[in-house]
Amino acid sequence: MKHLLSTDGLDRDQAIAILDTADRLKQALLGREVRKLPTLRGRTVITMFYENSTRTRVSFEIAGKWMSADVINVSSSGSSVSKGESLRDTALTLQAAGADCVIVRHPASGAAHRLAGWLKHTSTSVVNAGDGMHEHPTQALLDAATLRDRLGSLDGRRVAIVGDVLHSRVARSNVHLLTTLGAEVTLVAPPTLLPTGVEKWPVTVSHEIDSELASQDAVMLLRVQAERMTGGFFPSSREYSIAYGLNERRLKLLPEHAVVLHPGPMLRGMEIASVVADSPQAAITEQVRNGVHVRMAVLYHLLAHEEETP
Amino acid sequence: MKKSLLLKGVRPYGEGEPIDLLIRDGVIAEGTDPEAEVIEGNGAVLLPGFVDLHTHLREPGREDTETIETGSKAAALGGYTAVFAMANTDPVADNAVIVEHVARRGQEVGLVDVHPVGAVTVGLKGEKLAELGTMANSKANVRVFSDDGHCVHDPLIMRRALEYSKALNAVIAQHAEEPRLTVGAQAHEGENASRLGLQGWPAAAEESIVARDCILAKQVDARLHVCHVSTTGTADVLKWAKARGTKVSAEVTPHHLILTDDRLSTYDPVNKVNPPLRTQSDVDALRQALADGTIDCVATDHAPHAIQDKDCEWSAARPGMLGLQTALGIVVETMVRTGLLDWRGVARVMSEKPAEIAGLTDQGRPIAVGEPANLVLVDPDASWTVNGAQLASIAGNTPFEGMELPAAVTATILRGRVTALAGRIAE
Repeated sequence: MKHLLSTDGLDRDQAIAILDTADRLKQALLGREVRKLPTLRGRTVITMFYENSTRTRVSFEIAGKWMSADVINVSSSGSSVSKGESLRDTALTLQAAGADCVIVRHPASGAAHRLAGWLKHTSTSVVNAGDGMHEHPTQALLDAATLRDRLGSLDGRRVAIVGDVLHSRVARSNVHLLTTLGAEVTLVAPPTLLPTGVEKWPVTVSHEIDSELASQDAVMLLRVQAERMTGGFFPSSREYSIAYGLNERRLKLLPEHAVVLHPGPMLRGMEIASVVADSPQAAITEQVRNGVHVRMAVLYHLLAHEEETP
Repeated sequence: MKKSLLLKGVRPYGEGEPIDLLIRDGVIAEGTDPEAEVIEGNGAVLLPGFVDLHTHLREPGREDTETIETGSKAAALGGYTAVFAMANTDPVADNAVIVEHVARRGQEVGLVDVHPVGAVTVGLKGEKLAELGTMANSKANVRVFSDDGHCVHDPLIMRRALEYSKALNAVIAQHAEEPRLTVGAQAHEGENASRLGLQGWPAAAEESIVARDCILAKQVDARLHVCHVSTTGTADVLKWAKARGTKVSAEVTPHHLILTDDRLSTYDPVNKVNPPLRTQSDVDALRQALADGTIDCVATDHAPHAIQDKDCEWSAARPGMLGLQTALGIVVETMVRTGLLDWRGVARVMSEKPAEIAGLTDQGRPIAVGEPANLVLVDPDASWTVNGAQLASIAGNTPFEGMELPAAVTATILRGRVTALAGRIAE
């Protein structure tokens, strides 16, 4: 594997290999006083974030550092990007400067694919850390890792993804990966927040949350972005919260073993009630923790030589 | 006296045995002339010179991507004898000074008749009618007005433009795109764009404007031309409107006859165009509509863009693609090879109909004695591979790169003068 651009096209064996590596890395770090593995010593990893992000950027940075890679963060402000440099030139510059891996977050769908195209004749790897409304593959991988921890295998498990599927890269990556791993996915959203052609996706679609909850092994809530609230996708945040928010009453409709996931940042009281976010069924902080291990695993699979085992 | 020209062994409209055709003083003449310059046809198809209602020549403003000179070369090499230069230049062609400048530069270059299109509204802003009458009465003699690139979306402005144009014997060419339905739109709203996370450009945004404009045109009994039809639904609306006697004509681009939104998956913006590439069923419907006359003609929407505006992320890229030199090959591939059109049909959609829509009296004429010699000679058996760098346009990026296309322009003749011969501009 040279790049990780999407979970669309990632096969079951590749996905399970990454998740298993993440598990092994987690075990390897457990109880260590110094959380540092030498695996990627001498490798240079550059994060390029063209959008604001806390958890993803920090998670990648920690992942790289715990693997002993040299991690450099570039953001669009305070770099030559703010002087009008093109994405292509920035990518070629970072590659020429010695990047073994470029981790990119960009508002344009397909930006990571374009980057991989421009770096085709080099050895530099590209990791998609979120491109527009397209994909966020490491988020889906860390969600899968969290669900495996809680539920064991994902085969035959039922996962509901609730909220703004239309604009969500998290939803797209999860639909591909969860179905690849054998789970059955239900998308729950008002029709205005579902993509055209969703009926051809390998999912079930529902506009009503209550009737879906009893049969789910997990519920993944998507953040409702502020700009959507005024975009006419639904009448008001209050109506959205009433119709689709996971509140305490709905939590009780879920089976006891069911897991509640949220990719963050959460809007408490909007798509998720505070008491639900802090309930034992919520795995939100585990998601963040697993994020580091999954990203370590991704870097390992892209950058480490065959003989180096984690 | 100027030498006459003898086309030897050519088949007008690809019909019958090869004949010899004499051209004298810019007109098709009778008899023969032993002194004439000879072009050996070897049985090639002779058609009236092509007329493109929709060309972006980029001058003034973006001479780094195309000029009237390079665009004229591309047109001549593509078999065109007349092109309509769209108004979205910088400055906008919304006044007599700019349209006269474009017309004059076209004449100076002299490879193809360059007819400027005037803007419908000042600055293409859709707010206030441009001086249509002044442009019509200028030396540029403008008869086609369009805000192409932008939709004349205000229904009242559109109504007034249609009404006003009647007195000028002109036509309003609409870029049909409901702006509220296409905020941030990047690609055809469908399965591919959904999967790829590209904001959708719904078919309804085109169809609703075409329906509205057909109703308006009928109401005020004015002429409407619909630019670059891209959906099945638009073809249906046109069929309905024509059946009830609306004075509406329409064009389809070569790229909408051959490419689909399956091209999106690479995220390569050479495939970005407005309106966007649609689905295979739209492509099939457009071919059918062109064959049965629902869509009147082919227009290229030739739109050169600098490489830095294409070799970037999808959403940052400009929409548009080259068209003048690939149009014939694509029409032959999609319409002739499929049996939907014969060569007479090609003459109709590439020359006669567009000339009629624009009110040109010296183009798209029958191949007959006494008619102006605006002609194109086509080798129907040739095939060639598209190489963007070798096209005459300054911009070289094209979605057809590496594609093998059938048929080649052997010669283009403008009023008896050879403008292109065997793939080269005639000096």
